[in-house]
Order: sequence, then structure tokens, then C-alpha cells
Amino acid sequence: MELTKDEEAALKGEMGETLELAYRILVATGEATNAEKLIPIQWAHVSGVNYNTIGDAGVDFLSKLSKEAKVKVKTTVNPMGFDSSNVSQYGLDEEFIQKQEDIKNSYEKMGAILSFSCIPYEIFELPKENTQVSFAETNAAIYVNSVGHLKTNKESAFSALASALTGKSPYSDLRKDHEPPDLTIRMKIENPNELTYGMLGFFAGKIADSSVTISGVDNLNKRSCKSLCGGMGTSGLCGKFFLNEGTKDSEKVDFDKKEMQNIHDELNTTDSGDLITLGSPQLGLEELKDLSVTLKGTSFKKRCMVFCPRTIQNQARKLGYAQELEGAGCEILSDCCICLTPLIDKKNVDGVTTNSIKGAYYLKNSNGVDVNLKPLSQIIKDETK
Amino acid sequence: MTLKIIVKGKTKGKILKTSIPINFLGAVDKKTGIIRDDKHDMFKKSIKNVILVFPHGIGSSVGAYTIYSLKTNDSAPLAMICTKADLSVASGCALANIPMVIVSKNEYDSLQDGKEITLDAISGKIL
Repeated sequence: MELTKDEEAALKGEMGETLELAYRILVATGEATNAEKLIPIQWAHVSGVNYNTIGDAGVDFLSKLSKEAKVKVKTTVNPMGFDSSNVSQYGLDEEFIQKQEDIKNSYEKMGAILSFSCIPYEIFELPKENTQVSFAETNAAIYVNSVGHLKTNKESAFSALASALTGKSPYSDLRKDHEPPDLTIRMKIENPNELTYGMLGFFAGKIADSSVTISGVDNLNKRSCKSLCGGMGTSGLCGKFFLNEGTKDSEKVDFDKKEMQNIHDELNTTDSGDLITLGSPQLGLEELKDLSVTLKGTSFKKRCMVFCPRTIQNQARKLGYAQELEGAGCEILSDCCICLTPLIDKKNVDGVTTNSIKGAYYLKNSNGVDVNLKPLSQIIKDETK
Repeated sequence: MTLKIIVKGKTKGKILKTSIPINFLGAVDKKTGIIRDDKHDMFKKSIKNVILVFPHGIGSSVGAYTIYSLKTNDSAPLAMICTKADLSVASGCALANIPMVIVSKNEYDSLQDGKEITLDAISGKIL
């Protein structure tokens, strides 16, 4: 990869430790993706905010970094471990809360916007078409590349952070005008719901390279699209999908009932949950509205945790959706999400019912609880009175 | 030999090889280096102090922090050899100073599980 004189000097450490570190990361990721140069980016969205995901090593790293480092472009952050407005109700240990506060302070010191959301594309206005950004959160990277008309690599926590600190990123394939992918997945499931799309995404992520075409999908609503992005980001390295018939000479693979069953069997480990979780990715305003309308006159028979960004919760309160959801037994949580939250602990939870494939994977592998997968319509049918 | 250096360094050790990609955030315990995903063929194995040979990383962007944590906890692999680039593995190794290279399919196939090798990710050789 070609570096400018200034970039070369920064890599050698002539502009301080922070930039040396940032350029070391950018060069490694640039080499890994065969990028020929670095280019400017307008917005970085970083992951690595939840203490459960980055641990003590991450806390110390960010604390040291933030002594000097400042972001150069608009920088937003992923969810953390809990909702700071009501954490006292959850009996988390003090150490977790303190370490999480340390992380929050480090990002704030560096100048990041404390959005604590995995759906930045729903709470911030998107810049104009083809703007280069650096999004680490996988569902967000796939979403803005595929339907948000922006361009990003499927960044890592560190590569997005390096972009935030330098305003640059490697000019890798996903940032360029793309050749059509050489793989087309043919969606063969009729009447799909959001869970079906999550499984389709998980399947596609497993077999696709950096991008994939999906045929047989029309009228993809936002809920299903987010579910597809979440599933795809979890299982693979694919960072973009196209919805069309695919090129004539691309390889064709069917997503049929058998493939869907395989994914279901891999992630569904129990027939029922002690609690319900909705919102991985976090829910947007439309989704909260839909849910409040659907739940009218009913209420959940068990605990139902609903995750959404703070700004969305505030809007939902003004519009009355939040109060309706709480009336139906929902527990609304912001700043955090299903994935790796300490609020769901195997010490007091055996199984969780969810419609999220992404949530299912991390609940099972990281939180260590069993997962019961159902589409939202079924959850409401089975679990409300 | 077709070997692309992503993170420089030189090390000697035993190969631990899998044909299944790794989601570092979900599948690896960041303190011990033990694989905890029961669907992975390395379930319960440790990736500490081995030359980890695997196709590529997948999934969460926070996997990069897992790699950095492994290093801080003395549970990291000595080096990583992949066939495809993934930004979490590349950036995690870059920050943790874990030598990392990308090799061709043929080269990958010739690497045997359990074999002792020297990876020279400075001059670009596997001996």
C-alpha cells in the first residue's frame, strides 16, 4: 500500500504514539484487503464499548489511549453493557458498573458522540450517496453498504477506531464501485418473516465472500432488512448484499427449507424461554410503534425486554408508544442491546425467546443461555394474554 | 511460495489447524484462549501458544479486542495463518503484535496440524 509522506512519518511514530498506533492498524488492514492507498472518511462508528466484550485489556487500552487521542471526524459508538438510567434496579456488581463507566469516559474524552446504538443509520441523518464512512458494527456496515448508499469496509473495532483518529481508511474493494458478486443466493422460502430473513442472512454470511447477490426477495421491510444484516454480520465476513437476479455466470445456491432447518437447528436450543428479548439490532421508532399497536389490549405473560436507542425511547415516550409498551408488560432498555449484556445471566436465566438470529448466536455462545427462536408474530401469539 | 505478510514477526511453534472460520468474540474465551463454541471442531481446545491456522475470522467487529485481550492475558496464539483477510483478525494482530500472514490455498493445504514450524513473517518464509 502506498502511503503519503505524512502518513509514512506518522507510521514511524514521528507524530506521536496515538497516530503511530492508528496507522499501524490501517496499514495491516489495508494490506489484508489489498488496498492501494488510504482515503478520507466522513464518519466513524466504533464498536468495543461494552465491558463484557472488551474486558480489562480493553478498558486499560482505551483509558491510556484517551489521555492524548482525539477523534478527527464524527464518531458514534455501539451499545454498552447496561442502561445507565436504571442500572441500579438490576443488581449488577459494582466492578462491572465502574469499568463500564471508565469505558464511557474514555470515549467521551476522545470526543465521540455517546450514542450507544448499533443502528446509527436509524438515529442519525445519512450523508449524501456514496460518502465514505467507517462502520465497525457489522449489521450497520452491511446495512449502509447495501441499502443506505454509503461505502464502508466491514470494519473491525480497531480499524474503525483508527479511522476515527485519523479520518482515513484503506481503499478496499467494498469502497469501490463494485463488480457484481460471483455468488447468487436464491431465496426459495415462501411468506418469509423477519426470522426467516435473519436465517437467510446467517446462511449467506457463511458461504459468501466480501459481497453477495440475493434473488427472490422483494418488498424487504425495515424489520426484515435489519434482521438479514444482523444474521449476515454474525456468520461471515460478507459486507454487502445486492437484491437482484444476479449475473448469468454467477454461482447459484438455493436457500430452501432444508438449509433453513439446518440454521434453525444450529441456533435454536430449547422449546421455551423464561424471558423474551426483542431488539438485536436495536428497535427503531416504527418497530416500537408497530409493537405497541399489535399489543393493544394484551400483555406479556413473562418478562419481555425491549432494546432501543435512547433517542428512539425519548421519541417513543413523547408519542406515547413507550407507555403503551410498558402497559403491556415490556421493559424498555436503552444504551445496551441483547448481545453480551450482563443483564441476561445464566445464573438466573435458562432460556431466552427471541426473533433475532444475531441475538441467538451471542446469547448461546457468550451469555451461555439456551435460545428459543420464534418470529415476532408467534412470540406475541404464544406469550401474551 | 505465495505468502503475504500482514503483521511482521518471527516465531516457532506447533500448528493448530481447523478448516472452520472463527468468530473470536463468540467462540473464544478471551482470558484462557479456550474455544467455547460447541459447534466448532476445536471446541474445548486452547489456541494459546500455537501457530493458529484457520481460513479466516468471521462475525463481530469486537473480535479484534478478543485477540488483544488474549495477548494481554498471555493466552494468545504465537502467530496466525489464514487464507483470507478479515479486518478483525488483521487489526487485532496488528495491535497485539502477533505475526500474521495470508497464504495461498495450496500452501494452506500443505500445513499439517501438530507439525512444528518456523514462521518468518519478516522475509516471508515458512520452514
